[in-house]
Amino acid sequence: MMKTTAVVVGAGHAGLAMSRRLTERSIDHVVLERGEVANSWRTQRWPSLRLLTPNWQTRLPGHDYAGDDPAGFMPVADVVATLTRYARLVDAPVRTATAVRTVRAVPQGFEIQANDDLLRAKTVVVATGACNLPAIPGIADALPPSVTTTTPLTYRDPGQLPDGGVLVVGASATGVQLADQIHRSGRPVTLSAGEHVRLPRTYRGRDIFWWLEATGLLAERYDEIDDLTRARHLPSPQLTGTSEATMTDLNALAALGIRIVGRLGRITDGMAQFSGSLANTCALADLKMNRFLNRADEWATASGLDDELPPPHRFPPTHVDPHSPLQLDLRSGEITTVLWATGFRPDHSWLDIPVRDRTGHLRHDGGVVTGVPGLYVLGMPVLRTRASTYIHGAGTDSEALADHLNSFLSSRRR
Amino acid sequence: MTITDSPVVNGVNVEALLGAREALSAAPEAAEFTWRASCTWRNGTHSRSTVTGFTGLGAEQQHRVTYEFDVDHPECFASEDNGATPVEFVLVGLVGCLTAGVAAVAQFRGIQLRSVTATIEGQMNVLGILGADPDIRNGFENVTVRFTIDSDASRDDLEALVAQAQKRSAVFDIVTSPTKVLVELT
Repeated sequence: MMKTTAVVVGAGHAGLAMSRRLTERSIDHVVLERGEVANSWRTQRWPSLRLLTPNWQTRLPGHDYAGDDPAGFMPVADVVATLTRYARLVDAPVRTATAVRTVRAVPQGFEIQANDDLLRAKTVVVATGACNLPAIPGIADALPPSVTTTTPLTYRDPGQLPDGGVLVVGASATGVQLADQIHRSGRPVTLSAGEHVRLPRTYRGRDIFWWLEATGLLAERYDEIDDLTRARHLPSPQLTGTSEATMTDLNALAALGIRIVGRLGRITDGMAQFSGSLANTCALADLKMNRFLNRADEWATASGLDDELPPPHRFPPTHVDPHSPLQLDLRSGEITTVLWATGFRPDHSWLDIPVRDRTGHLRHDGGVVTGVPGLYVLGMPVLRTRASTYIHGAGTDSEALADHLNSFLSSRRR
Repeated sequence: MTITDSPVVNGVNVEALLGAREALSAAPEAAEFTWRASCTWRNGTHSRSTVTGFTGLGAEQQHRVTYEFDVDHPECFASEDNGATPVEFVLVGLVGCLTAGVAAVAQFRGIQLRSVTATIEGQMNVLGILGADPDIRNGFENVTVRFTIDSDASRDDLEALVAQAQKRSAVFDIVTSPTKVLVELT
């Protein structure tokens, strides 16, 4: 049986960043990867997807963006190439095609079954990502069988969908991007929007992620956030990785001819029923966007930047069609596909350790798994800061957790 | 957000509500409530409903007193008008819930309220309930609530207050989202 000090599960950006931190600390480790480096990006993302964060922000420990388009947004293929290069750069001890079947707690550490091999490690870092499975609501069971369903994990391009109307459920970044793309393919889209996060791509001449970072919002720590559960479950902002459009918000989608309806509440006898609360959902999103823009303007003034930036302005409120339908007959043939852009959840089913709360979420304190010394999780939304949701957040997160892991090992040796 | 110098007193015990949120998150079975009413037909369209007990916090609970509500239709519907119509009770429930939410959220956000009034209207074409036009639904076509709030808070803060009150309102959710309803004969 192989023995090592640390096992990192997953060779995505988080696992590779952690590998680099462990190497810096001379901690003997191995990175187990079910497929190849950046496996989810290779196999579970639609090819035209681009990162929401600009290239200059897509940095990893010891590796800053060095290409010729810092303001651009990396397509999936470039993310794969970047992570593959990074794995070589940091000389990460990755074992590819090695699927972790179970992890058990044993005296002095953990026993990991990977493929048919058993490994022993003093510590385990879970870096398998937050988006392994689509979070499909239970009401999906009531869909008429005539309707095709798909999820962002299996969706590739509009051409794979049957002709006809598409109901996209969910108005996160994924929902608005796919609604836009599918509608442009000639399949009329209806977008069901619940609570959502509206932000402009650019504001006062700068990318919104520049503002989110500069104002300190992304650096807000998990233990300083009022409502952490809410922060961790917030839908991704309605942005697209392109500087061509200022907005891919509901107004922009409606202008394309996409029909916006409220949150999908139920499906009864083939009828999809939508909430009548759309006006308030949109009002809340507008208020929150403006609250952030106020903060951005106050920060710009306090930082003496008002002279070099274009003047502040506000975006038109979200227009809500007073005649947007409250129900839609899914048996009429008008809608041939339902796309569940209702979020994702991690798959920790291979962790044979009681670490989940009653809602199935891994219990952890900033990535230090509760009640299981030596077990860590990385690469989850708002893990340690609001930046944890994005690739560059793994930099500071992996540093803090590697320090914790190192202290844990020292305490074991004493 | 408005921070006033003197302590904000809207009569809402925010500490108790936040304490309940924490305690109930830790003991989720106590968070399961069942609300009840019972109804007795009197005559014609007149009925009387009473509300006295409910289940919650893992036990049977009682209101301070039993509340009674007469429900009837107006005289123009050839009824005796012994009470508000059922649809008006829905409006009362919605506006009461939103107003409670406005006060609670204001307290939480440190906004002192001097007065809050609201009007609520529900538009309905009665050809629906009369079965005269299958294209017209029975229920409200639209519900409009208008709040008038006297407070030193900014217009933006008050709009955020009203929006948050909707987001956290049980009756707003009941009215805007579909609910499974089972009616049985015992």
